Amino acid sequence: MSRALRIGAGVAVAGAAVVLVLVLPHWLSDAKAAEFARAGCFFIAIVGLNLVTGYTGQISLGHGALMAVGAYTTAILTANHGFRDLWTIPLAGLVAMAAGFVVGLPARRLSGLYLALATFAFAVAMPALLKRFSGLTGGSEGINLFDKALNHSTGALGHVHVLGRTLATNDFLFYLTWGIGLVLAGAAWLLVRGRVGRAFRAVRDSEVAAASSGINTGLYKMLAFGISGFYAGVGGSLFVLVSNWFVSPTTFGFDKSLLLIVGAVVGGLGSLAGMALGALFIQFVPDWAADLSSAPGAPSVFFGAAIILVMILLPAGLGGLFRRLAEPLTRRL
Amino acid sequence: MIVAVDWAGVAQQVVSGLSSGGIYAMLAVALVLIYRATGVVNFAQGELAMFSTFVGWTLTQHGFAYWPAFLVTVLASFVGGIALERAVIRPVERASVLTIAIVTIGLFFVVNGAAFWIWSPEVKSMPNAFSTRPIRIAGVAFSISDLGIMGVSLLAVLVLWVFFRFTKLGLAMRAAALNPDSSRLTGIRVSWTIALGWGLATALGAVAGLMAAPPLGSFDQNFMQPILLYAFAGAVLGGIDSALGAVIGSLALGVFLNLLGTYVSWIGTDLRQAAALAVILVVLLVRPAGLLGTAVVRRV
Amino acid sequence: MPLLELRGVAARYGALQALRGVELSVEEGEIVAVLGANGAGKTTTLRAISATVRTSGELVFAGERLPRRPEAVARAGIAHVPEGRGTFAELSVDENLRLGAHVRRDRAGVKADYDRVLQRFPILAERRGQAAGTLSGGEQQQLALARALMQRPRLLLLDEPSLGLAPRLVTEFFGVVGELNEHEGLSVLVVEQNASIALASSNRAYVLEVGRVAVAGTSADLQRHPAVRRSYLGY
Repeated sequence: MSRALRIGAGVAVAGAAVVLVLVLPHWLSDAKAAEFARAGCFFIAIVGLNLVTGYTGQISLGHGALMAVGAYTTAILTANHGFRDLWTIPLAGLVAMAAGFVVGLPARRLSGLYLALATFAFAVAMPALLKRFSGLTGGSEGINLFDKALNHSTGALGHVHVLGRTLATNDFLFYLTWGIGLVLAGAAWLLVRGRVGRAFRAVRDSEVAAASSGINTGLYKMLAFGISGFYAGVGGSLFVLVSNWFVSPTTFGFDKSLLLIVGAVVGGLGSLAGMALGALFIQFVPDWAADLSSAPGAPSVFFGAAIILVMILLPAGLGGLFRRLAEPLTRRL
Repeated sequence: MIVAVDWAGVAQQVVSGLSSGGIYAMLAVALVLIYRATGVVNFAQGELAMFSTFVGWTLTQHGFAYWPAFLVTVLASFVGGIALERAVIRPVERASVLTIAIVTIGLFFVVNGAAFWIWSPEVKSMPNAFSTRPIRIAGVAFSISDLGIMGVSLLAVLVLWVFFRFTKLGLAMRAAALNPDSSRLTGIRVSWTIALGWGLATALGAVAGLMAAPPLGSFDQNFMQPILLYAFAGAVLGGIDSALGAVIGSLALGVFLNLLGTYVSWIGTDLRQAAALAVILVVLLVRPAGLLGTAVVRRV
Repeated sequence: MPLLELRGVAARYGALQALRGVELSVEEGEIVAVLGANGAGKTTTLRAISATVRTSGELVFAGERLPRRPEAVARAGIAHVPEGRGTFAELSVDENLRLGAHVRRDRAGVKADYDRVLQRFPILAERRGQAAGTLSGGEQQQLALARALMQRPRLLLLDEPSLGLAPRLVTEFFGVVGELNEHEGLSVLVVEQNASIALASSNRAYVLEVGRVAVAGTSADLQRHPAVRRSYLGY
């Protein structure tokens, strides 16, 4: 397939994605729009996680905790310092990026299972830490922006006025999350095509070979964690808005980290379409499972079975299938 | 300042710690078994142990005494583990480690959910494995239950050791874990050794769960999760690719956490878990290979 | 009927066609060499036999279709000593030898072979408890051969045994192989880069080029073959 045609196809797909995001809310009920918005938050976090797992080849079980950092940054700034919630989003990203770098510090020397365990410990510790520093975080009660900072919570009252139009809150949140998602995904795509991306892939394919080629593997691993931290932070920040402007230590327990890595792999590493599918998977399949049966534990069984089935049938993830079906059209990352 | 140490108390706490450590050790060895055979940490290990325990409990509710129920459950878990591997892991045997890891995560959800679905969420209580009377050794009162659990754990680990070291099948399994390609050339059916590994790991988990449940008094479907955490910590401390390390690390951790909980008054259950996490982090930062694991030396 | 027969065997690694219709045979009691440049398909030929690569074509061993799984090929009586020797570095010499006999069920025979192998390779007896990875290159080569012998195979596949060995050790090794062939009737198919020692130690030989047999004949004939002399013997 000629280069020009591939680029054209890539642009077409990107364009189709933009159009889809613009148009979808018209067909969605209010509640569904909120759910899609949540999926959008996961999408952003998964794109970030993919930088660590798909590109640098490291397993992180701690990205839920990085989302928590972003979420609490937004909550604290909005509730206690009078920021408007929307402006805190990039700040949340930056704070979580710093946290990501910190998590990335041990990542320089650890690999594979050891790194997974370290990030696991980080994820399990986070809720406890949040409860402990209750002066800052509001402890186990969490922070409720609806109560504390209603006027700074965009759309909390039901409608948002933007660009001269009035949108229902959930529609607004849908556009916000997926809009930011597309922009950040595009940024990730550019990053991955460049020098940094090549270094990441070198680290994934063979750390030893990469090191011998003069690539500072430790630095790139840390960088991957830092950048993915930014993404997770933005995702976490948006998640607060989408969760009725509330966050508590249990919002981002270890289960969220688990969900994110499931979403990343089930979706399919290395494929943007896959990541979107993965985000939708972890948002909607648990709900569908709950619809199938409300008996205690049953939804879990179905969700788990769905994960296993997808991995058995499509080891490369949902994105792999998508890619195979749309071979000539999709641009692979 | 001379502090009068209550040696009897310390001894009791050490034995109690070894007893908990023994339970962690069995789960840790199960983790190491599967890790060495497949390169994957089985996220569902704890839940499988929990499920086995519930099966055992059900048997005790239907006329079985503790030990007959124990035996049947452990055997059933062995078979179940093999069946599970064939059904769910074998199809992705050749896929990436990450894929297999996600399958075990899926398994975690399935088993956890199934346990809630099959048995009600109300707490259960398990008949005692050992007498609850204390026994006096050298003038110090020890719990027979603690000693019994220690004994069972040691026995389980010993049996496994003998199996791997001295039997043909055990040797074949070790070889398959070290070098699957060469093993195949030797005629070893590597795929089946992995299934067998799962069977043994699941059986071990069952022993761990069945030992852990009675002393708890009451337990529910989430009872193995903290134990899994301690098992991870023990395995990391001892070296995740060394079974001996996993045992020693777990025993040491058990004693450490127990002493910590007894002698440092502000450490409650919550903080015991935090202490275990801290152990994991410290070990990973200072010496990732743990006490006995192979230090990861990458020769360029 | 030959012990081993390959007819029109093809094999590929993904998109790369490594074997394009190889025809060769090994009679019972023969030592057959396979020569060729790097990438000619020599190692792949052995892999095709031991089913560690996917193949098409006919592979017949002792009159029956060769199974297509490595474990089954071992059980059928073929021992493959691969590139890199395939020893289990972390296991002891003793354990490596015991693994060699994995497919066998005759305990007494295994014990007898174990003793014989240690007699034939005294250095292994000396280092019995040591981890195999701590042995020198030459010793590991002996261990690899010993392990294969523990299997009591009918056919021995050797992949570049001379690799990494000092010339004296190479000669010694081929000497042992020749002995085994003469005294115990062990059939051998050996892949070698070192054409001169291979031809000197074998009955017949094949020269592979680009996945096909280019020249075949008795080793004596090939030693005199002008093209072979030029390309592989260097004179």
